[in-house]
Amino acid sequence: MKKAFGPLAAVVGVMFVAAPFVVANAPYESTMGLVQKIFYFHVPSWFAMFTAIGICGVASLYHLFKNSPKADRLAEAAGELAVLFGLMGLVTGPLWGRKSWGVWWQWDAKLTIALLLEMTFISGILVRKYGGPGSDKLAAAVGIFGLAVTPFVYEAVNIWRTIHPLTSVVPTLSAAMAGPFWFCVSAFMLLLVVLLTLRVNLGARQAALDELYLAQED
Amino acid sequence: MSLRGLLIALTSLILCASPAFAVQTGVGQGGFVPVDSVPLADQLPAAPLLITAYAFVWIAVMVYLLSIWRRLNKVEADMRALAQKMPQR
Repeated sequence: MKKAFGPLAAVVGVMFVAAPFVVANAPYESTMGLVQKIFYFHVPSWFAMFTAIGICGVASLYHLFKNSPKADRLAEAAGELAVLFGLMGLVTGPLWGRKSWGVWWQWDAKLTIALLLEMTFISGILVRKYGGPGSDKLAAAVGIFGLAVTPFVYEAVNIWRTIHPLTSVVPTLSAAMAGPFWFCVSAFMLLLVVLLTLRVNLGARQAALDELYLAQED
Repeated sequence: MSLRGLLIALTSLILCASPAFAVQTGVGQGGFVPVDSVPLADQLPAAPLLITAYAFVWIAVMVYLLSIWRRLNKVEADMRALAQKMPQR
């Protein structure tokens, strides 16, 4: 992984530089026009968030039942990235909505649950920081809870009446729109891998430092 | 009042009232003209919203990378400081 990290980071950098040009060549949507192109960064950021939540949830489950520090570090890193990608979705969405809906925000089911999901993972970070001894187990429980809530965020538009576009939009994209969209999804997923690797490495170094402190005290 | 005084008063009155006749009715004040679509100049431009959205993603990634780099540097500095202390014991 260490050998592949440099080239992978370079590929991600190139993809993110190329992404605006790829998106610029995508066709305009008939009713929303130019602002619909936010979609090419907005939806992939949620995809990356959901993937980070999946990793965090599974690693949290493993840590909760097997008491694995490695799994805990992975859950911590993925939880932090869930907040980062969720923030991207929560900022790009209102920018799109302001033009398309005429308002920055609507308290409908989809948007409200998405905000609560973001707050759930922020609470996970706060629990780890200020929770004291045993906070890793509490944070793991928060991670599992976040994983359980995620399907509701995705399916909210199909369950409740909202103004948000339906989940059927992505599968029915035209070829000219699907190409740039999946290019951006790939860029976000690779970015997630790169950032996750860096964050897990940071966690490992912090754990090594804690061990050194313990050795010094002994 | 003399005739001259009356003329001066009348002329003054007309001069004072003349701006009222000079006022022109503003656009949309005398009557509203319906159109089917919002005039182009009044439409919310999409480009700044689009650029802000893309820039935010870039900035968020950069800030996060900077935060990892700073935290890693702090850990490494603490490790070096601790390693220097340990042989002295």
